[in-house]
Amino acid sequence: MNEIEFLSWVRGPGFQIATVIFVAGIIIRLGETLLLGRKANLAEAKGSAMRSGMRTIASRMLPPDKETFKRSTFTITAGYIFHIGLFITIFLFAPHVLLIKDVFGVGWPSLPSQIVDAFTVVSIIALLAILIHRITDKVLRYLSGPEDYIVWFVTIAPLLTGYLTFHRLGGSPVMMLALHILSVELLMVLFPFTKLMHTFTLFLARWYNGAISGYRGVES
Amino acid sequence: MTKDLSPKDKTLGEALRSQGISRRSFLKFCAATASMMALPPAMIPTIAHALEKAKRPSVIWLSFQECTGCTESLTRAHAATVESLIFDSISLDYHHTLQAASGHAAEAAREAAMQEHKGKYLLVVDGSIPLGNPGYSTIAGISNVDMLIDTAKHAAAIISVGSCAAFGGIPNAKPNPTGAVAVSDIIKDKKIINVPGCPPIPVVITGVLTHFLTFGTIPELDHLGRPKVFYGQSIHDRCYRRPFYDKGLFAETFDDEGARLGWCLFKLGCKGPSTYNACATTKWNGGVSFPIEAGHPCIGCSEPNFWDGGGFYKALSMPTENISKTAVYTAAGAVAGAAAVGIMNRYTRGKADDTHEKATIDDLEK
Ligand code: SF4
Repeated sequence: MNEIEFLSWVRGPGFQIATVIFVAGIIIRLGETLLLGRKANLAEAKGSAMRSGMRTIASRMLPPDKETFKRSTFTITAGYIFHIGLFITIFLFAPHVLLIKDVFGVGWPSLPSQIVDAFTVVSIIALLAILIHRITDKVLRYLSGPEDYIVWFVTIAPLLTGYLTFHRLGGSPVMMLALHILSVELLMVLFPFTKLMHTFTLFLARWYNGAISGYRGVES
Repeated sequence: MTKDLSPKDKTLGEALRSQGISRRSFLKFCAATASMMALPPAMIPTIAHALEKAKRPSVIWLSFQECTGCTESLTRAHAATVESLIFDSISLDYHHTLQAASGHAAEAAREAAMQEHKGKYLLVVDGSIPLGNPGYSTIAGISNVDMLIDTAKHAAAIISVGSCAAFGGIPNAKPNPTGAVAVSDIIKDKKIINVPGCPPIPVVITGVLTHFLTFGTIPELDHLGRPKVFYGQSIHDRCYRRPFYDKGLFAETFDDEGARLGWCLFKLGCKGPSTYNACATTKWNGGVSFPIEAGHPCIGCSEPNFWDGGGFYKALSMPTENISKTAVYTAAGAVAGAAAVGIMNRYTRGKADDTHEKATIDDLEK
């Protein structure tokens, strides 16, 4: 298989396989969680579970209270930087918007490439810092298992290969583009079965946290 | 004196002079060739000398499953350039589009040239070779594959001209009804120079010929057997629209403001980033223009499988298959799967609840 055939494969069958695993994996995992159901709460409701649940989904996007922030300044700051950077890189880079439009039928304006480029670099740096922090912090290192490192790798790989592809660095551009797409496919395949699922489950968790409090009539 | 020589015995220099090419324009050609092939200017006299003295090589040109576009490209130079004359000055002993003879008479000419120049003739091939059924393409009753193997045996070098000969090209595109393959899929024991393109740039083939005549060797090739001097850089890396790509300024349609301002054609499906060819530097029609300059995205014609790349107007970042359909079908299946798993989980839990026996104080005190 030469480079261009490899590129054709990752753009065609490879992407298809990744999509099947990604979509089926997410639906089955979410479905399993949701369909399990909960025991009926026999206590009298003291407030709206739904309203509180929804509010919590939104409020937890914002930075936490001062105390919490002070305790984990690094994790929170680096976390924000890298998540925002990742979001911009994935959803606002022109070639990516084209892909989204091709698959979902809807597109939106993209940001100038240099701006996306800057966010990519910042995200890569943040991710590297996060890894160093994970290794150097004793407690964090103790809590980390292989999955945490795998998840870190499949997240930074598309960013790195994408950066190199855009700047035509690190080998043949055709190979780099193919590797970039392959790295995204790897991410898609592992996504439903690792902590990456938090992208979706965080909404369930936050909603539920808020809902319990709302039901009891306390602030979440 | 030269007049007495038969055209075959003339050197290239003599042949060019007899066609009225001045020494000045000959040297100009040598200089242009040197720069095109990235050779230092000091090499110009060497090239000139070698070309002057070179005997016109015998060339056998085999056309298989092709559209004659390559021959058109190489012979229909817009004006009589030195390149085209160099091309005229080879001894084209067999080319069934260009020769007057046909059928068995033509085959006899091929046999004769092969005998006379055994081990020294150049074999040029355009078109792919059908392996599905040898009857799909025959010449004077000889199948393409037999003719290729027979002619390649004593060739000094093989040049696959055009994407069909180099990579299988259009006949090889899905579903490849004739089982078409490239020359390199059949001939394994000889160096093959691939000059792909649909069609290839004329000066690229004269460049390859000049290299062969000057140095007696074949130029350095890339991993796809293409001469690095011409295929060493991608269209994208040499494209004059590149600054717009870097800034993220794209034409969205063929007639919007961006298209008129000459912005990048990536969104219109440009394959420049993954295509290696000399179009952006050498250009076409004597350096007049090239597709991207004319406002059309590069279709990647000098790369393998370019017909199966998902569509000429599909951007390189788009998947080539219908991913929406894949996703919808998968989702439907997965919803059913998740429902089944969910029901089973509930059933398991329900059964556990049913069989659950409550412990009483008495039980604990036992
Ligand atoms: S027009 Fe094509 S080759 Fe030129 S910069 Fe845009 S994508 Fe690259």
